[in-house]
Amino acid sequence: MENREFLLRRLHSLLGIIPIGIFLTQHLIVNHFATQGVEAFNNASHFMANLPFVIFLEIFVIYLPLMYHAFYGLYIAFTTKNNPGHYSYMRNILFVAQRYTGIFLVIFIAWHVFETRFQVAIGAAEANFNMMANILDNPWMLAFYIAGVLAATFHLANGLWSFLVTWGITQSEKSQRYTTYFTLLVFIVLSIIGIRALFAFI
Amino acid sequence: MGEAAKTVIFEIERRNSTDENSYWEKFELPYRANMNVISALMEIRRNPVNTEGKKTTPVTWDMNCLEEVCGACSMVINGKARQSCTALVDQLEQPIRLQPMKTFPVVRDLIVDRSRMFDSLKKVKAWVPIDGTHDLGEGPRMPERKRQWAYELSKCMTCGVCLEACPNVNDKSDFIGAAPLSQVRLMNAHPTGSMTRDERLNAIMGEGGLASCGNSQNCVESCPKGIPLTTSIAALNRETTVQMFRNFFGSDHAVG
Repeated sequence: MENREFLLRRLHSLLGIIPIGIFLTQHLIVNHFATQGVEAFNNASHFMANLPFVIFLEIFVIYLPLMYHAFYGLYIAFTTKNNPGHYSYMRNILFVAQRYTGIFLVIFIAWHVFETRFQVAIGAAEANFNMMANILDNPWMLAFYIAGVLAATFHLANGLWSFLVTWGITQSEKSQRYTTYFTLLVFIVLSIIGIRALFAFI
Repeated sequence: MGEAAKTVIFEIERRNSTDENSYWEKFELPYRANMNVISALMEIRRNPVNTEGKKTTPVTWDMNCLEEVCGACSMVINGKARQSCTALVDQLEQPIRLQPMKTFPVVRDLIVDRSRMFDSLKKVKAWVPIDGTHDLGEGPRMPERKRQWAYELSKCMTCGVCLEACPNVNDKSDFIGAAPLSQVRLMNAHPTGSMTRDERLNAIMGEGGLASCGNSQNCVESCPKGIPLTTSIAALNRETTVQMFRNFFGSDHAVG
């Protein structure tokens, strides 16, 4: 197919928002139950883990889109020649940050899934408040998770901005500038939700 | 201001041919009022002696119009790509560092081969087809307001600065860059050109086309002609979105 690259790239952009962006938002909001206590979090976690067809939801809404986005994203990240030094414009710096946070997120999410979902799958752990409390007990792990949450919220917010450009929704300079403000707000709000949840476990 | 022996220092990244390694050479020349990078290079050509006092080969560079409309004299000056004819020495930090735009194959010293841009223009069919086997007569008239708007896009001089500034135009990617993309928007805006607009849209949906843009927006920041390149790219993004669905779901009529 002649326009294979075009379709792959558009798919990459779409999957970043739907479903991955929506999943991330939902994930952070569910985690936020931790601020209401152990029981509230465990109930929410139990509800999510026992959704009907949960394995298929996970495969088609999370694993496959996320893996495609991650691997194609790595290809994109490693085929650029970053130049924020001489061309230190705001958008170019965000462009570089999008690639660095993307690479970091591949590592962070791989570890996060291994440490939580995979351990549950092999029966070595149970997904509940205590699991996260144990993990975040280690200050290095807490720092790693804070970095992971901030990288994810930044990557989503900035990705939302470029999604709107990539699909031709925001064309004018003005609309692109206002979307920058809006996505900054998205970044701040999601970061607060995510970080509050992390600190609720300690 | 009245200083007796004011001088200007240039550091130039040179190479003898495309395949040879580059080296830096330093020159110190007498300051003259209002000098630009080109007049400095002319001075070096007149007296090619470096700061070590050694006679060297004259530095070669490309130039033509000397008024920032041809694009030939583009090079990287103190890290940023721009035209050397409008780079005034008084406004530059010294030592002034000159480098070729290495996104393109370097022919010698500061001369690069910008052929890939002209090949890209052919690839995206950046022209208005008016030839036929018989006289096709006059085309439709372009509204005046639209002509004035399109004129801004037509200021592109294929200088290559937007490609040099773009992080996604490099030897690992075949991205054609902003300049030829914006030309697609220009040609598609033309009343006769728009009759074949789907051909150009499909061309930029191919390898190295529109999708390779990563929205760093360095192009629009760097364009010496102030062309709204990122607006062009976003507008084409919308048009190719429609074209993509039209290609798959659309009926069999020829032009959209």
